[in-house]
Amino acid sequence: MNEQTLNPTQQSKRDFLKYVLTGGVLAWAASILYPIFAYLKPPKQSEVEVSSVKAGKLSEIEKDSGKIVKFGTKPVILIRSADGNLKAFSATCTHLDCTVQYRKDYGLIWCACHNGKYDLNGRNVSGPPPRPLDEYRVIVQGEEVSISKKS
Amino acid sequence: MKQRFKKIYSWIDERVHLEDVVNYMGKKYVPLHSHSIWYYFGGVSLFLFIIQVVTGILLLLYYKSGEEFAFESIQFIMSKVEFGWLIRSIHSWTANLFILAAMVHMFSVYFGKAYRKPREVTWLTGMLMFFLALGFGFSGYLLPWNELAFFATKVGTDIAGIVPLAGKPMMMFLRGGEEVTGATLSRFFGFHVAVLPGLFTVLLGIHLLLVQRQGMSEPIETGHEAGVERRTMPFFPNFLLRDLLFWLIVLNLLAILAVFFPWELGRKADPFAPAPAGIRPEWYFLFMFQTLKFIPAKLLFLDGEVLGIGLFGLGGLLWLLVPFWDRKSSRGEQNRFINYIGLFIVLYILIFTVLGWIL
Repeated sequence: MNEQTLNPTQQSKRDFLKYVLTGGVLAWAASILYPIFAYLKPPKQSEVEVSSVKAGKLSEIEKDSGKIVKFGTKPVILIRSADGNLKAFSATCTHLDCTVQYRKDYGLIWCACHNGKYDLNGRNVSGPPPRPLDEYRVIVQGEEVSISKKS
Repeated sequence: MKQRFKKIYSWIDERVHLEDVVNYMGKKYVPLHSHSIWYYFGGVSLFLFIIQVVTGILLLLYYKSGEEFAFESIQFIMSKVEFGWLIRSIHSWTANLFILAAMVHMFSVYFGKAYRKPREVTWLTGMLMFFLALGFGFSGYLLPWNELAFFATKVGTDIAGIVPLAGKPMMMFLRGGEEVTGATLSRFFGFHVAVLPGLFTVLLGIHLLLVQRQGMSEPIETGHEAGVERRTMPFFPNFLLRDLLFWLIVLNLLAILAVFFPWELGRKADPFAPAPAGIRPEWYFLFMFQTLKFIPAKLLFLDGEVLGIGLFGLGGLLWLLVPFWDRKSSRGEQNRFINYIGLFIVLYILIFTVLGWIL
């Protein structure tokens, strides 16, 4: 049947069917695709919110050194400078997510992946890192050193 | 024996008319000219892919995915399973030679402008296979769950996260969570042994069908080579036998590499250890890696890595679509501009790869 020969009633019937069918097909496709895409998205794991961790005994932390401490699921770097100051930063490089380390020879925090450097205040001083490292608070109670989030 | 074969052949022929296919194959000719040698690199890529499928299936018999098992299972393959070291070493070496052969093939097609009309789709499927090959390399690299792989994957997936809008969900999808964990390993394992091989096989089928259907392209330059009439060689059996000879040489080379330079396993990944000094990705990502090292943190108002990755993405897209914007070659005219771009890219990749090695 040719489009021109349709009278208005026929045309509206045809339109109705067209909408119902297209709508049906789209709804069908969505009802299949939605669960698949939802499945691809990893579920939120309920993480135990960590606010403070123990980092060891003061006497065991050498001067001019750095070590990685587990802070929940994240690595934190605890640095004791040559003059004995303790500082802690997120150990995740702000550039592309590598884990940083303390370099004695530079006296800096260094990321091996793309040669990014931070000073001992966590400021990005050289290489590609776009932001400073987030700082954590270091609390010394007698011998015990612990690290907590800065509020 | 011969009678047997004849009987089987005619049994099949009677039902599916094999004769037509055989006649059709027999009519394929390979053009002979001063650049004919490059025709072998597509075939050798195919051969290396087949080796990957075979050794990959063999590795699957012992490999265990998962944070606690992956590294140990490869240790087991390499130390306890008979010839396990050989199979794993061949799989790793072939992965690298495969990318190399595919690269040579790609550049030879590019400089020969073999992508020009009517072979646009062959180029497209080839390029998509090349991207998949990089995906194979990237996902397979993580499977041993060693230190280098762990950080390479962190960086690689973080780069995906930089892409505006789609980046973050894509990164979550790749990692199976916020961080690179055992969930990432499971996903990469699935991509490496199921998703990518499936897609690759479909593309490979189309690619080979088109090559068979359209025959080999001839460079525009040699098409006009002075006077002499065009020389050709039958594909079957002349060219195929040469192909096989080259495959044999490559197989020998592989055996030498796998035996005398066995692939290392490194140290098991530790999410709470700093990235080791001297860390670098596989050589075929090195030029991009080195570029990212050189780009400063901020350039004008853009983050350095966003700019770098944006430019590589754009470059890759233009490269993929070259048959559609290089109109001149499609008309059969010389296009020197294309050669200059190609030369620039080859030099760029070479220089930055070398810099990545020595710096």
